[in-house]
Amino acid sequence: MRVTTTVNGETRHADDVSESESLLYLLRERLGLPGSKNACEQGECGSCTVYLDGVPACSCLVAAGQAEGSDVVTVEGLAPGRDLDPVQEAFVECGAVQCGFCTPGFVVSAHDLLARCPNPGDDEIREALAGNLCRCTGYEKILDAVRCAAGRMPSERSTV
Amino acid sequence: MTSLMQAAETTSWNGIGTSARRPDGLLKVTGRFSYSSDLWVEGAVFAVTVRSPHAAARIVSVDVSRALALPGVRAVLTHEDVPGAKTYGMKLADQPVLAVDQVRYHGEPVALVAADDPQTARRAADLVHVEYAPYEPVTDPEAALLPGARPVLGSDNLVRHVKIRHGDLVAARELAEVVVSGDYEVGMQDQAFLGPESGLAIPSEDGGVELYVSSQWLHKDLEQLAPCLGLPPDKVRLTLAGVGGAFGGREDLSVQAHACMLALRLGRPVRMVYSREESFFGHVHRHPARMHFEHGATRDGKLVYVRARLLLDGGAYTSTSPVVIANACYFAAGAYEVPHAQIDGLAVYTNNPPCGAMRGFGAVQSAYGVESNLDRLARELAMDPLELRMRNAMRTGTVLPTGQEVDGPAPVRELLASLQERPLPAEATGERDLRTLPGGVANTTHGEGLRRGIGYAVGVKAIGYSGGVDDVSTACVTLEVAGGRPVVSVHTAAAECGQGVTTVQAQIAGTELGVTRVVVVPADTRVGDAGSASASRMTWMSSGAVQGACRLVARDVLARAARVSGRPATVLALVHDGVVDSLTGDRVCSIVDLLGDDRIEHVHEYHHRPTQGIDPETGQGDAHIAFAFAAHRAVVEVDVELGLVKVVELATAQDVGKAMNPLAVEGQIEGGSAQGLGLALMEELVVDDSGRLRNPSFTDYLIPTMLDVPPMPISLFELPHPDSPYGLNGVGEPPTLSSTPAIVNAVRAATGLDLPRAPVRPEHLTGTMPAGNRAATPAALPAVTPPPGTAPGGQPTRARH
Repeated sequence: MRVTTTVNGETRHADDVSESESLLYLLRERLGLPGSKNACEQGECGSCTVYLDGVPACSCLVAAGQAEGSDVVTVEGLAPGRDLDPVQEAFVECGAVQCGFCTPGFVVSAHDLLARCPNPGDDEIREALAGNLCRCTGYEKILDAVRCAAGRMPSERSTV
Repeated sequence: MTSLMQAAETTSWNGIGTSARRPDGLLKVTGRFSYSSDLWVEGAVFAVTVRSPHAAARIVSVDVSRALALPGVRAVLTHEDVPGAKTYGMKLADQPVLAVDQVRYHGEPVALVAADDPQTARRAADLVHVEYAPYEPVTDPEAALLPGARPVLGSDNLVRHVKIRHGDLVAARELAEVVVSGDYEVGMQDQAFLGPESGLAIPSEDGGVELYVSSQWLHKDLEQLAPCLGLPPDKVRLTLAGVGGAFGGREDLSVQAHACMLALRLGRPVRMVYSREESFFGHVHRHPARMHFEHGATRDGKLVYVRARLLLDGGAYTSTSPVVIANACYFAAGAYEVPHAQIDGLAVYTNNPPCGAMRGFGAVQSAYGVESNLDRLARELAMDPLELRMRNAMRTGTVLPTGQEVDGPAPVRELLASLQERPLPAEATGERDLRTLPGGVANTTHGEGLRRGIGYAVGVKAIGYSGGVDDVSTACVTLEVAGGRPVVSVHTAAAECGQGVTTVQAQIAGTELGVTRVVVVPADTRVGDAGSASASRMTWMSSGAVQGACRLVARDVLARAARVSGRPATVLALVHDGVVDSLTGDRVCSIVDLLGDDRIEHVHEYHHRPTQGIDPETGQGDAHIAFAFAAHRAVVEVDVELGLVKVVELATAQDVGKAMNPLAVEGQIEGGSAQGLGLALMEELVVDDSGRLRNPSFTDYLIPTMLDVPPMPISLFELPHPDSPYGLNGVGEPPTLSSTPAIVNAVRAATGLDLPRAPVRPEHLTGTMPAGNRAATPAALPAVTPPPGTAPGGQPTRARH
């Protein structure tokens, strides 16, 4: 089948997409966007988190065909026209990145959290990001990064 | 083809000791960093592995015809297609590239399929028909050693028996007024790095192959890989692709030989990317351990002796088991002064999944045993467990059970004291937030049946390669002018697994050469061996190599500046992209003017001081270059009715010599502590009696989430190490040693239960299952008659508040 989606603001087509393909596969293998990571294919690790019509979703759990006509934003498109989104900047600055394989998913999840809740407490951050696994950091520096980004977010953020 | 990988570049000056930003950080947060699973080139086919569903079986026949007939399938290979040596291995070449006539563990590779796309490859893999004749697997490591047990590999099932005999155990037992012993078990832990095993192999015009792969040690991969491909080493070129974590699980080969043999056969690029399930089958795990510890002490709590027997299940192939068991034994007396020791360590073959390197490398298991038995001894002595540890703390000059004197800082007492001084987290009162309770958002408790406990543990581990192995690390450093600015390029084969060795290399080059712009080029085998990203050695060894090469470059630059300026080279220094006179502070010239179009390049090979092998009968020998120490205090709350544990706080005290990059050092400590938490409370690969792995997924193999991990404050000690570059010490592994026993000791303190086994499961806490202890009979030791009043079990300890 042919799938047409808006990805990071651009209309994209993919042909010969099979019914069993995931949105993650579509992004990585057909659209040349490997930023979203494949680490479990079961929705357990959150490394493939993208915005799907403004809502964060594990793209490994979404069939590519389901994304027909939808608006997808990936880690590659989080800071259109800028170098970095404040969340991305904070992750580098606070040491929240080690191997970095979980980072794209964390960045999208944290971006969504701060869009919904500009000043989250630690418990809120932990709950909101509990769907993203990190094996390197022990999460302390990721917490730091989210706290730091929260302080820097523009007061009226445009939601994606 | 090196354009497939990005160089890491820093453009602002950040010397050693600063929390310089990762040069690869920008790429990683924007999704542009090239991991080994992200690589793609035109014409690449995708390959998958056909793996054994049995733990032990004879291969009767393999029929690939139906798989080959599927449209889009390009090749199906078996052992007959391996071009060179049929086996490989880290220590012994005993692991088949593809199974030949039998399979020895569940998940062993039997065949390879390459097809135009992943779906077709997976469908074809299902069509490869392998007829097996299964037989009874050897799955109990104790039974594997019994006379008449079927050999899994070779003539018997013993991989290695390590013996350490120190002092006089007979006399020591006379001296001991109190003796406690216990059996302890550690389950099979997985590295569970997030980036799956993956790589891209591209055939080259000279008949060789280029391999882009995630690895912990490119040159060791090459050494094992080239013979299997039947190629001379110079025709096999490896480049490190982005590594999504490692923790020991990328020391052994995974996709390397398979991707290369397919690429050579097809004359086309071949991609391999494991699924999560395959990843669990595709790398070695932490050895499950069964341990018996006996401590003798005086009434006032001075340790007299330790007697230990450690049994590690190495699984079906040798991997690094011979050195993992040695490392477990070296540190089986813990971070204590113990005058007499008798330690026996056995690693055995079974038909369970192969085990090898994981962060801590054997010392995790023995630290769990010794730290658990220390708390038992404290109960027996009615002494505060922390006081018992302080009283026996190792110090500089302590003689290890291997006869080696500990040189360098050994601040065990100081680490423990700093934890003791740290205020305890406040006990919550009133209505509790669910997220802070055991069971958390699952809404299992509102605070009924909660008990708090505090536990301590400390660990020691050697840094770098031990036991007489020459440890080498090579760096090539180039200084030249580009775009009107001086640029330093650092080229090594060091594996950046996330730990930050690239950052440190850039920091050192900036510090030594006073240059702002540093490029760390992709690691590959065109430069000399860097050794492995393991044994907490990479920052130490790579720093030595980069520092050495930089100093050779600086020597040449300063000699040139001396000629130009007429000032002696000895007063000149490199600062801010130029040369200054360090006496007057005058800027003598810029590096740009001095170099012009020239480039200065030097290679340095760094070795640490030599070590000795240990005596095979007594275990005596100066086997180590350095020791690193960490201690933990865990505070837990246990819901004793439901058997759920919440770690409230996990504080670490660690000596790191010199924090080359404090933020990165903290990241190592926090990450290692969290992995130890996982082993204490949730992480275990479950292998059933038929040798099958039952939980190869992140749904069933649980690693800690952000809700499971508590605040982890750190007391950082920086006591300069006398032998190392900049006084640094290894950092990565020590926090993984003491984290697990500190947490389990805290749970014991909260509940009064023995809890011999890690991970602690709910059923162990609620008494609905007897602690999961399948304690081994210490068959290789003479029977022990405990003195009266020392029966294992101890008394329930009240939780300390």
